[in-house]
Order: sequence, then C-alpha cells, then structure tokens
Amino acid sequence: MLRLSMKVALVACASLAATGFAVAQTKTVKIAFIDPQSGLMAPVGTNILRSYQLVADIANRENWAKGIKFEVVPFDNKLSPQESLNALKAAIDQDIKFMVQGNGSSVALALSDAVTKHNERNPGKEVLFMNYAAVDPDLTNSKCSFWHFRFDANSDMKMEALTSFMAEKKDIKKVYLLNQDYAFGHQVRRAAKEYLARKRPDIQIVGDELHPLAKITDFSQYVAKIKAAGTDTVITGNWGSDLALLIKAAKDAGLSANFYTYYAGTTGVPTAMGASGIDRVRFVGYWNLNNDKIGSTGEKIYKEFKEKYKDDWYTMATYSVIKSLSEAFNKSKSTEPIKVAFALEGLKFASVNGEVEMRNTDHQLQQVLHVASWQKVDGKQVRFDQENTGLGWRTEKVLDSFVAAQPTSCNMQRPARPD
Amino acid sequence: MTPELALISALNGISYGLLLFMLASGLTLIFSMMGVLNFAHASFYMLGAYLGYQISKWVGFWPALVLAPIATGLFGAVVERFGLRRVHKWGHVPELLFTFGLSFIIVELVQVIWGRPPVPNELPPGLQGSLFTIYTTTFPISRGFIMLVAVLMMAALWLVLTRTRIGLVIQAALTHPEQVEALGHNVRRVFMLVFGGGSALAGLAGVIGGVVFVTEPSMAAVAGAIIFVVIVVGGMGSLAGAFIASLLIGIIQTFGLALDYSIQSIVGNVGIHVTPDTFGYAVWKLTIAQVAPVLPFLLLVLILIVRPRGLMGTREG
Repeated sequence: MLRLSMKVALVACASLAATGFAVAQTKTVKIAFIDPQSGLMAPVGTNILRSYQLVADIANRENWAKGIKFEVVPFDNKLSPQESLNALKAAIDQDIKFMVQGNGSSVALALSDAVTKHNERNPGKEVLFMNYAAVDPDLTNSKCSFWHFRFDANSDMKMEALTSFMAEKKDIKKVYLLNQDYAFGHQVRRAAKEYLARKRPDIQIVGDELHPLAKITDFSQYVAKIKAAGTDTVITGNWGSDLALLIKAAKDAGLSANFYTYYAGTTGVPTAMGASGIDRVRFVGYWNLNNDKIGSTGEKIYKEFKEKYKDDWYTMATYSVIKSLSEAFNKSKSTEPIKVAFALEGLKFASVNGEVEMRNTDHQLQQVLHVASWQKVDGKQVRFDQENTGLGWRTEKVLDSFVAAQPTSCNMQRPARPD
Repeated sequence: MTPELALISALNGISYGLLLFMLASGLTLIFSMMGVLNFAHASFYMLGAYLGYQISKWVGFWPALVLAPIATGLFGAVVERFGLRRVHKWGHVPELLFTFGLSFIIVELVQVIWGRPPVPNELPPGLQGSLFTIYTTTFPISRGFIMLVAVLMMAALWLVLTRTRIGLVIQAALTHPEQVEALGHNVRRVFMLVFGGGSALAGLAGVIGGVVFVTEPSMAAVAGAIIFVVIVVGGMGSLAGAFIASLLIGIIQTFGLALDYSIQSIVGNVGIHVTPDTFGYAVWKLTIAQVAPVLPFLLLVLILIVRPRGLMGTREG
C-alpha cells in the first residue's frame, strides 16, 4: 500500500515537473533529417541538411515558435529504404518526435508506412513525418497517412503544370521520356503520357525509358538513343547526379533537344548545364528566387546561406516545414505530435512563395508552381545565378495553386482528437 | 537501329571496354603470377582516382596522370611486401581474405580523407570539347583520350613483357617460379613488382575514369563486380582474354541499352501474341535495354557453365 502511494506520488511529481518545465523554460525540439549524406546523391543531401540547419537557426533567432528552439539531427540513409527504417528507429530511440525526409519516394513510402504503424502501436509516443520533397502521388492518395505531411507539390501537380505550359509550345512534336526506375520515375512517365494525350494528342512519344536510380555514371548511351529517336523534347523527373550526368552526356554528344525537368535546379545540375543549357532547359517547381520581389524573405535566406556555405539555398520547402511546425506549435500550444498534426491540418501560413495551405483531406500542401527557363543573369528578370555559373532561372509562367490542384482518393484515418 | 546509333554505340562500347581492360589487365597479371584473386584491385582504381584528383589540385592534371599511378603502384608494392607476402605462407584463402579486408579499409580511408560525397574532379581544359562529329553526334575528346591511353598502355605492357629482360623473367616466373629462382633471379621481388605494377595500372585507369565519370567512394564497388566478370570470361590470367572480354562486355552493355526488343516483340513477329493476361507477362515484356545492366553477369554464369576456363584461359578453375 505504502509502495503504491509512493509510486502515485512520484508519478504526480514527475508529471508536474514536466508540465512546469514546458511552460517555464526554453524547450528544444529535435528534428531528425533522414536523407543521403553518402554516395552519388550526397551533395544534394548535404545541401538540404544545411538548408534545414540555417532555417532552424533563423527560426530560433526570430523566435518563430514561442519559447521553442529547433535542432536538426542528421541521419545518413544512403538513399536506401532499409537504412532509413534503421535511422527512423534510432531517431525514435533518441526520443525525436519529428522527422523530415525528401530524397526518394521509395524511401518516403517505407517511412510513411513505418511511422503509421509505429504510431498505431505506441499511442502517446507518436512521430510526425514531414515530407519536403518525395513527390509520388500515392503518398497523399491511396497510401495517405494522418502522420504524413507533404510540402512539395506532388508529381502529378507538377506534370499538370508542365504539360499546361508545353501545350502552348507548338514546336514540340517528339517527346522522349527518361526516368529513374523507382516509384517516382514510374509516376512521372505515367502522368506525362496521360496528360500529354489529353492536352496535346498530336505529340508523339518517341521513347519511354527507365534507368537504375543513382547508379549510372555514364549516360552517353541513353543520349545516343534519345538522339536516334529524333527527339525534340526530353521530359525527365531525374534529380541530383542522375540529371547532372545526363545533361553532361547530352552536352558531350551535341544533343540539341530541349529538357523539361522537375529538378534542374538541384545541386550539380547548373554546373553540368553551363551555357549549353541556355533557353533549352526548364524546370517546374514551387519557387524561383528570381521571381521574388527585391529584399524578399527568400532573398535574405539565400544570401545568408551563400555567405555561410558558399552554396545555393534552393530547397525552399525547408522554410515551409519549419514555419508550419512553428505555427502549429503556437496554435496547439503543444509539441505533442498528435496535437501538432491536428493543428497542421488545414493550416494556412505565409511561406516564401506566398500564402500556402496544408490541405485537410490529404495533407498535400497547396502552393503556386513556376515554370522557369535557364538564362543569362541580366539583373532584372534573372538577378541571381546558380553555382556561380553566371546563369540562372527566369520564370516563364506562374500557375496558381488551383490550376495544378489534383483530386485525391485519400481516405484519411484519423485518431481520436485529444483534448 | 540507325547507322548513327550503331556507330556511336560501338565507339562508346569500345572506349568503355578499353577502360575496363586497363583495370582488368593488372588484376589478371597479378592472378596469373601469384594465384591471388585481388579483391582490393578495384579499390586501387578508386585510390588512383582520388590521388589523381588531389595531385591535380596541387600540380595540375598532366603531372597527376603520371604521379598518381606511381603513388598507387608504390602503395600496392608496400601492401605486397609487408602484407601479402606474410600471409602468403598460409595459403590462398588467407590471401583472399586479406585483400578482401584491405578493400574495405581503403574505402573507409578514402571516406575519412576525402569525405563521402563525390569530389569535384574536373576534366582539364585540353580534354573538354569534342573530337569529331559522326552524322550529327559529337564524340567527346575525353573518350578518345581513354582509348588512346588504353592502347598506349597495352602496347607498353606488351613491349615490357616480351621485349625486356624483366618481362622475360616475369613470364618465366608465371609458370616456373622455382626454376627462375634457381637461376638466381629474385622471384619475390618480381612478385612485388608485378603487384605494384598491376596496382599502378588500376591507378592509371582510376585517374582517367575519375575525371571522365565521377570520383566517389562507391566507384570501387561498381568497378569491382564488373572486372571480375572480365577476367573470368576472358580466362583467369590471360591478358589477351582480358582484352577480348573487356571489349565484349563494353559492347554488350552499350548495344544492350540501345535495343528495345523484348521476348514479346520477338515472338510477336512469328505470330505468337503475348497480352497482359499471359502468364509471366512481366518477363515477356522486359526489353533488352532494361536487362542490359545484368547482361555481363549473365555472360559470366553462361561462361562458367559452358567453358569454365574462360575464352582464352589455359587452366581449369
């Protein structure tokens, strides 16, 4: 009896102390960053890790989340779903409640599944998955999860925007699809074929190829095939080294086709393109610094990042993630993942690219999309270059979020709302 | 297939094959002489790439092209003298395990020194740009350079092995080490020389492969798998075999990628129609291009079944 009452007293003391601390002191919220920091995609992962660290520093400095400091803890997943699950386990063991990942939808699908299962089995110890770049539509459709939030536009939204833009380009006749052989690459080729058939049935698909993810160091043979097919336009979802090396090989072989990409702004690609990509390479994405007003938030972060790391800040979603978390902390007055998740649902907030909304039904962020082309820096439309090439992105079209918005098949399973 | 695609594929295949030969020649020499299957050979290739990158930063690419292979060769000689030679007396399995462990140590060492991401290893200005144009496709100088270096290396290797005294001693020691020793030659030093020389050749391939492709820690693992295919297909210990196998694999891989035929399309021509409902449709519709990365390994398995000693090998197993 005595022991029992002692226990009760102890628990009461402990919980009092815990709530007391939460109110009175600065609390640190750790964010696990699970992305590649070795291998061919390491430069991309390293750049984004630094982006998160800088945005977290800014958030701490400007006190975005009242009394809460952010700390980013990196885990190298080597771009492997299996390694990522180990990293997730390690993060959970370290009592980390928030996890970000973006490189590789194959990884995101595995993580989303693991997080959902973990949360079902461990009520009170939930983890939130903030996906800033893995764009397989399934993650917010058939495989959607209450614990997963996506801050990038999904691949269908991007293809919708890209093909709307392409539909007006009458000189496009022969399109070649080259994509990475995994979840995301498959989605890109499917959407490209579907949407082009709808918007420009006269366009001929002259090639539809998949190649292994992050394994090819020599794309010359793929380029030879693209050329032999009489291609005038290549659509590719490739990113990181897979795009940089593809474009390098295209340059070496004198391929004159235009490239419509998702990720030509990612590490390594600008250098690989150089002047050969002028007016020929385009990307669709949620932000282009050169379209911002002078002295914008994005410009300030870009400059601070450049100063600190001699590199370009292009993963704007790092801002959206930390900003929305801060607002959700403030709104729910809590850092408990379940409460934060409910606060995030339907949250509207100001990101670098304008007012955005985390759609309630599927946890897919709704935001503008830009189509931009690679041009010389001219001080007006193109004020900032990338990777010190003297070349940068000129926005050709901005599409409002409703243009690219897609219906969702998500049947969201929500837990009971805590009081 | 258009003539343009065929020609370019052939050139790509040959230049890739020649790079493979630079790598495989050292491995097969070491094997034929010492009976050691050197698992660390591809690590020397990677080491060559990184040393080439580092030395290029200090003194420029052209001196690095000479110095990096020498440094790799010296490292190889030290490994042989103070590592392999001691393990040698315990037999082949410990030797194999030794090189196996060494490969991991080199990869970790490289990661500690140069980091895990790829290093910015750029082509020197003289190797950028195109060499000539076939129809409308330009052929880059860098690939021509790979071919040139490989051919020069091959000629030098042949001259050394057949026209010099040390070459004759090496050849003799390949088959009759005891007799060569009895004639007063230092066979142990010859072993060290061959191991160092083989490592230097891998280092040379690394310097070039590193600038033309990507210099990063997994390059050893990628190259490692494929060069074993080369020496097994060519015949263990046969230089001529390694040459033929390298070109064969280079060409199979590039042409394989260019071919979009599947079993479905081939049987379709003779009137058998495969539909998505057919049993095993996923296999029927696979194109040669999709399975191209596996083709060399398929060849390896086939050769081992049909002709275990390889194309030009002289002994079984």
